[in-house]
Amino acid sequence: MSDRETSALPGAHFAGFVTVSEAGLRGMITLRGDLSSDAIAGALADVTGLDMPAQRCVNSAGDMAAAWMSPDELLLMLPYDQAGAMAQKLAQALAGEFATVANVSDARAVFTLQGAGVFDALAKICPVDFSEFDQGEIRRTRAAQVAAAVWMSGADQVTVVCFRSVAQYMFDLLSAAAAPGSEPALYT
Amino acid sequence: MSHRLPKGGRLIDRSKSQNFTFNGKSMAGFQGDTVAASLLANDQMLLGRSFKYHRPRGVVAAGAEEPNALLGLGQSNRYEPNQSATTTELFDGLEAVSQNHWPSLEFDLLSVNNLVPQFLTAGFYYKTFLRPRAFWKHVYEPLIRRSAGLGKAPAPDARDPDRYEQIYAFTDILVLGGGIAGLQAALAAGQSGAKVTLWEQTAHWGGRAPVDGAQIDGQPAQDWINATVARLHAMDNVQLRTRCMGAGVHDHGYVLGYERVADHMPGADTPRHRLWRMRARQIITATGAIERPLSFAGNDVPGVMLASALRDYIVNYAVAPGARIVVVTNNDDAYRSAIAAHDAGLDVAAIIDPRAVASGDLPARARALGIEVLEGRAIRKVKGGKRVTGVEICRQDSSGGAVERSIDCDAVAMSGGWSPVVHLWSHCGGKLLWDEAGSYFRPDPARPPLGADGAGFVRACGAANGELLDVLSDAHRCARMAADAVGANGQPDAAPQATAPAEAPMQPVWMMPAQASYDLRMKMWLDYQNDVKVSDVQLSAREGYQSVEHTKRYTTLGMATDQGKLSNINGLAILSDALGQPIPATGTTTFRPPYTPISIAAIAGEARGAIFQPLRRSPVHDWHADHGAEWEPVGQWRRPFAYLRTGESRHDAVNREVKNTRENVGLLDASTLGKILVRGPDAGRFLDMLYTNMISTLKPGKCRYGLMCNENGFLMDDGVVARLDGDSFLVHTTSGGADHIHAWMEDWLQCEWWDWQVHTVNLTEQFAQFAVVGPKARVLLDRLGGMDVSRDALPFMEWRDGMLGGFDARVFRISFSGELSFEIAVPAGQGRAFWDRLVTEGADLGLMPYGTEALHILRAEKGFIMIGDETDGTVIPQDLGLDWAISKKKADFLGKRGMEREAMVNPDRWKLVGVETLDGSVLPHAALAVTGGKNANGQAQTEGRVTSTYYSANLGRGIAMALVRNGPDRMGDVLSFAGDDGKDIKARIIDPVLIDKEGAKQNV
Repeated sequence: MSDRETSALPGAHFAGFVTVSEAGLRGMITLRGDLSSDAIAGALADVTGLDMPAQRCVNSAGDMAAAWMSPDELLLMLPYDQAGAMAQKLAQALAGEFATVANVSDARAVFTLQGAGVFDALAKICPVDFSEFDQGEIRRTRAAQVAAAVWMSGADQVTVVCFRSVAQYMFDLLSAAAAPGSEPALYT
Repeated sequence: MSHRLPKGGRLIDRSKSQNFTFNGKSMAGFQGDTVAASLLANDQMLLGRSFKYHRPRGVVAAGAEEPNALLGLGQSNRYEPNQSATTTELFDGLEAVSQNHWPSLEFDLLSVNNLVPQFLTAGFYYKTFLRPRAFWKHVYEPLIRRSAGLGKAPAPDARDPDRYEQIYAFTDILVLGGGIAGLQAALAAGQSGAKVTLWEQTAHWGGRAPVDGAQIDGQPAQDWINATVARLHAMDNVQLRTRCMGAGVHDHGYVLGYERVADHMPGADTPRHRLWRMRARQIITATGAIERPLSFAGNDVPGVMLASALRDYIVNYAVAPGARIVVVTNNDDAYRSAIAAHDAGLDVAAIIDPRAVASGDLPARARALGIEVLEGRAIRKVKGGKRVTGVEICRQDSSGGAVERSIDCDAVAMSGGWSPVVHLWSHCGGKLLWDEAGSYFRPDPARPPLGADGAGFVRACGAANGELLDVLSDAHRCARMAADAVGANGQPDAAPQATAPAEAPMQPVWMMPAQASYDLRMKMWLDYQNDVKVSDVQLSAREGYQSVEHTKRYTTLGMATDQGKLSNINGLAILSDALGQPIPATGTTTFRPPYTPISIAAIAGEARGAIFQPLRRSPVHDWHADHGAEWEPVGQWRRPFAYLRTGESRHDAVNREVKNTRENVGLLDASTLGKILVRGPDAGRFLDMLYTNMISTLKPGKCRYGLMCNENGFLMDDGVVARLDGDSFLVHTTSGGADHIHAWMEDWLQCEWWDWQVHTVNLTEQFAQFAVVGPKARVLLDRLGGMDVSRDALPFMEWRDGMLGGFDARVFRISFSGELSFEIAVPAGQGRAFWDRLVTEGADLGLMPYGTEALHILRAEKGFIMIGDETDGTVIPQDLGLDWAISKKKADFLGKRGMEREAMVNPDRWKLVGVETLDGSVLPHAALAVTGGKNANGQAQTEGRVTSTYYSANLGRGIAMALVRNGPDRMGDVLSFAGDDGKDIKARIIDPVLIDKEGAKQNV
């Protein structure tokens, strides 16, 4: 990575009843194909060392994670500057299979929400039941008017991914949802 | 007069005084008061004027059912009309004004309507349409607009400073209503182990049990309530929320809850309202019951109120609505009000009971207190105008001709019995039964609202279920059934036992006296807010309205903001009587959400200001903003329309950008273009179906322009397809069409051609894409270095990957302007740095960025079409002379058969041509070419319309494209276009390609 690359909202940060921070550039690779096939699971394991995640789950090891997005779509997350090479390796491993690999690292913006009230903030914008949402789970959902994916990336921590073009909307939206004084006391 | 009692008031804190104003007059109340309670404490009986007749009106109720006491609250930015005084909590500094009077509340000139009520009878509004015709517009409408209505709208420039939000929640069992039924239901359901949520619309738990003096398990109701609330708070699986009203029950257990978080503390740093979007597996409505008024003449005079409301004010707020009270009731329950008034030291002048005999426990207790009970009697008429001064008594079984006696009083407490609040049960289709004994509709447990599994998902309990007396055990039973339905098997404690005096049966009394004369019936109000009287409903029946829904609309019964909470059953009874049929045969009107009005702001939620809508920003959005961009919305994107330099008009800027691009080099942010990867063994076959032309024959490294149509053959999108390798294509779509085309592709792949091996990935946002356009474009790219972009190395309509100036680039040699042109895609994260580099390197070449308007003009000068300008969903490619892009070899493609239909092959279809005005002026947008004749509807006959029109700085005159009947065959003809000022504009049909017809400029 060099200074010619910038994330959507470098350094954006809001301290509400949870903190909202733009997480910088994150490597992301979309893998489309039949996730239940041995060939694709095998290629994933060979190239990344990760097992194929179950429905609505994320498997991670070190700085890499694989997230289930649909029965025929996987999202691989890794350091930004490794995405290009990894996409090539995956594509080679899947040569001859009906599978598509695309580097989508630049198409996304990533935010980290931290604090005991993360679900209380997200519940205002995502129609998701967070009461049984554990680490290792992911939801493709909607945050108010835009598409989003959310997963628990640590204790009291949720990572939110959206399209890069709506990063400002997402940041403003998350900040409004986390505004001090608006704690709904739903999950806390 | 109404006044504050020296002691008592279970909900007020006398140590906390709250100052407020009503119509500018300073008043004081206590913390815990409702606005209505504090106004009554200040002897403010008169609160507003009625909708039609401008009759004086005061408080009738003490809760959500109040029809009259609607006020304007707050000032300027926080002003809101039509706020209910009975459900708004008092706070220090509150400012209230009364509504619907002119010039003042005390002296209303429009109350003259009241003197000629025969002009405003049932259906008057519709009758005004009939004759004479001119009267509606010039006489009736202005008159009605001035006299009828509620509060005034806020000022147009007022902006609500408060915050609002919504929240999604999920629960097993949602209990709506926190009276003793709701508390018991929540407790039993919680003890079963289910996840339970309990909402109460007021700020207090327990409902009216403490006011009514019930005993539960041998202790006062309040003690049981406090203990139960404490137990519920201690349960991890139960959530409780006050000031949160179940507003509507919808399909699949979706319930809207309206939480008034901060109405009682304005300006607090917290959202004012929060709209809950709850999914519940089972819903228990514990919404209680509402007392009915009685229909006697003058039952709307301020000082006449529901008997339950009277004792609510006395017990809850220590407010006496009068000093000398008459109670009128057809049931035993209202005797409680007489007893409460007596216990508070007030004078109860008499209890008027239309029943022949009143001999239950409560009447006996009242008599023992020395209160006179007049059996078989009725109120003939209430005396007084702006407040009650007395009542006239007659026999119930009479026409009211003879006044037996007059009683002086300043308040009348009335009770016509109770009606269960069945609204939430009914919202989603729950059906009702008529309960003969109680004269009310109650939920029919055999016909509940049904969920996706065919089973009921709403259960009513307690008074809301018609179990007015057996509240707790009914709630317990209901909770156990709901718990069972969600698979919660825990064993709850036994239901508590409530004890209350036995009550004798009520007697249905729909009119008082029973054979009241017309002049009495004309003063008996059914619907207070909409001014509908007994005589109106009877007139409606006589005029042929038999359906209750028709009568509702004809008379406006139940159509006010209170949605007929008080008037519903009374009105049905009068209608049924007039139609000579039992009440269940008449039925009831539909109960619709919300239960009481909710704020529009809560519905809007967070979507206002910066987050009203998502704005999509390109990776160089900030640069545009810093360099004078005027924005154009394209879908949810904002694209620069033009970059205005200091002192420039938009027109100047556009002209500069257009000329510079053809003379030097222009730079366009095309990042918003859709970019969809289509990949797989069947990708070529798939794209051959989507595009009208052949795509599968495209060689890797090359680009092809293509058209997409829908099944009807209408043009939908266009763009350049690049073949990346044997299995991969990159499809460019229009900026606004990217998401739709991606969804369109997935639709066909998932639903129709599911066995084709094709993947799509929307890469629109992965790349920043810039067009470098103009004679010096190649010079600029050569300066960046790293890629050979010469004519031979990168021919027109080809693409190459490489490193350009150190950036990861894919360079497309394509042109939408007719100039030498490259579109360069780099990863979005590198977009800003790459743009900056182009701007720096191009400075001495005369590089200028250009916006969407210059883009449009440049393409129009070349006769290129634009989706959305030349197309409008009714245009096929052939209309635009794009026959060359329609494959004749392909067996099929989307739209092929549509294009072959008769109307599509009609030679008279309007077709694309260029047009130039004879005087060089710019044609108006969408101007129609008129022939001078008229069609059968008297409209001008037309033969064409303008699709694009601009001023071309390069040509020094207006240029335009138009769809014209037989246009291409009429070159040189002069058409007349209708101008905006009524004058026709002459314009000649020409070839749409105005610059470089042979394409030499783009092919250098």
